Amino acid sequence: MKISLRRIAKSYGGQCVFRSLDFNVEFEHTLALVGPSGGGKSTLLRLLAGLELPDSGEIRIDGDLIPSDESGLRAHRQKLGVVFQAYNLFPHLTALQNIRLPLEQVHRLSAQEADSRAKQFLARFQLLNHAGKQPAQLSGGQRQRVAIARALAVDPTFLLLDEPTSALDPEMTAEVLDVIAELRTSEKPIILVTHEIGFARHTADLVALVADGGIPECSPATEFFDQPQHATTRRFLQRVLKY
Amino acid sequence: MTADFLFDRPRKPAGLFGKSFSIALLLAGYSALCWLAFSESLRNWEKVWSYRETFWNGWLTTVQISAAALVLSSLIGGATALARRSNFLPLRYTAIAYVETVRGLPLMVLVLFGFYGVANALGWQDRVSAGIVILSLFSGAYIAEMIRSGIESVGRSQWDSARAIGLTPTQTYRFVVFPQVLRQILPPLAGQFSSLIKDSSLLYIIGIPELTFAANQVNSATYSTFESFVPLGICYLLLTLPVSLWTKRLEKKTRYET
Ligand SMILES: Nc1ncnc2c1ncn2[C@@H]1O[C@H](COP(=O)(O)OP(=O)(O)OP(=O)(O)O)[C@@H](O)[C@H]1O
Ligand SMILES: [Mg+2]
Repeated sequence: MKISLRRIAKSYGGQCVFRSLDFNVEFEHTLALVGPSGGGKSTLLRLLAGLELPDSGEIRIDGDLIPSDESGLRAHRQKLGVVFQAYNLFPHLTALQNIRLPLEQVHRLSAQEADSRAKQFLARFQLLNHAGKQPAQLSGGQRQRVAIARALAVDPTFLLLDEPTSALDPEMTAEVLDVIAELRTSEKPIILVTHEIGFARHTADLVALVADGGIPECSPATEFFDQPQHATTRRFLQRVLKY
Repeated sequence: MTADFLFDRPRKPAGLFGKSFSIALLLAGYSALCWLAFSESLRNWEKVWSYRETFWNGWLTTVQISAAALVLSSLIGGATALARRSNFLPLRYTAIAYVETVRGLPLMVLVLFGFYGVANALGWQDRVSAGIVILSLFSGAYIAEMIRSGIESVGRSQWDSARAIGLTPTQTYRFVVFPQVLRQILPPLAGQFSSLIKDSSLLYIIGIPELTFAANQVNSATYSTFESFVPLGICYLLLTLPVSLWTKRLEKKTRYET
């Protein structure tokens, strides 16, 4: 998949996140975004997801411009799957209903089709036994797996994951990372924001550093970690690999 | 230490016997006290009994008015809460002005002004429907605030998730926001219903034949104040106690779920 950002500017209130960001990248399976806190990773992901509009500039995904009107943006969002750090699921709906909701209301599947499709995805992530539970009755790892199932069930063109494991303890993190690693080879391109440096190195085709309102480095995973070209990357890696 | 079973301590909670014994003791004690003090004024039951029809009709009117006002005030409350969140300033300000004005006025003033002022000027003669509308406008302002705080308590991540899966704003309200708001405001809404039942007694000043009006009528006709007003109190309790018990259960339930 191909992403190209041209002269993207984005600020919140008075705070400028990107002044004029240019970034072109092409990858097959997984692009990992890493970088210091507050560097703009989530902002970049939200721009790609069509959840935020840039103040200026244009974003193309596989050559198609992300529209800037609300209904065009909605159409864009319907074509992709997004998973945030936490609270993805709707607490008043069961796991099954959470997956069915977009299938029925957005993608207009019949109740029967939606039900069987949702169950198929729950089964795939070993969650069928938990279909009738509400999010509060699920573990953190199960919740994130349901969220991933919901994102995948609509057959998106690609997946955007924003630190899907950072609110989890190590064991649950492993369980969710296993799922993501398995997705990698199977189907949709994934753009993943992560603090799990080891996982990024292991799974990603490309790793990009988002820092100081720019993307100073983007290279294949082994290169990124073994021979970082940029001083910012070296400083970042030193800091995160210190312990 | 002889009456240890009458205490409910954290270390040693009271048993069923202690609780029921206390209740029985108090019932007997307070009844005896009332009897000693008021027995002179509590002998006219036959006369009042002959007016049971009046009581019954008053009670029915009260129930009907409260139920109608609950439905209408929920609609008003919902619409006002949405208007308060509107991007269109005139609409938002209208909602704010309505809520703040109504919440700042005593119900009595609203009833008098609404009926003798506004309804009269409009040529609206039907007291019951006018009473229902006034009561609904009063209660609607409070319900609007409940709904608004309910909507605001739905976190940003919920709106984000709804947008991310491609729901329209209308769908987001319908499938994501309102179900959560409803679950959250059900206990205070039930409490509001109980308030409505009690507040409807004020409609007696504009001559609606509801429960309080009926009791007052019986009192004037029989000169038996206690025998008229004791049943009045009991009739209200019969309506409000179940609602308040139900509210408590709802509160417990929502607490466990979240
Ligand atoms: N909705 C918002 N309103 C105001 N400022 C925001 C908003 N979202 C992000 N920011 C600011 O923009 C900057 C970039 O934030 P962003 O969330 O993209 O960083 P991040 O790289 O994802 O950080 P983290 O690793 O902590 O998640 C931060 O300084 C943040 O304070
Ligand atoms: Mg972030």
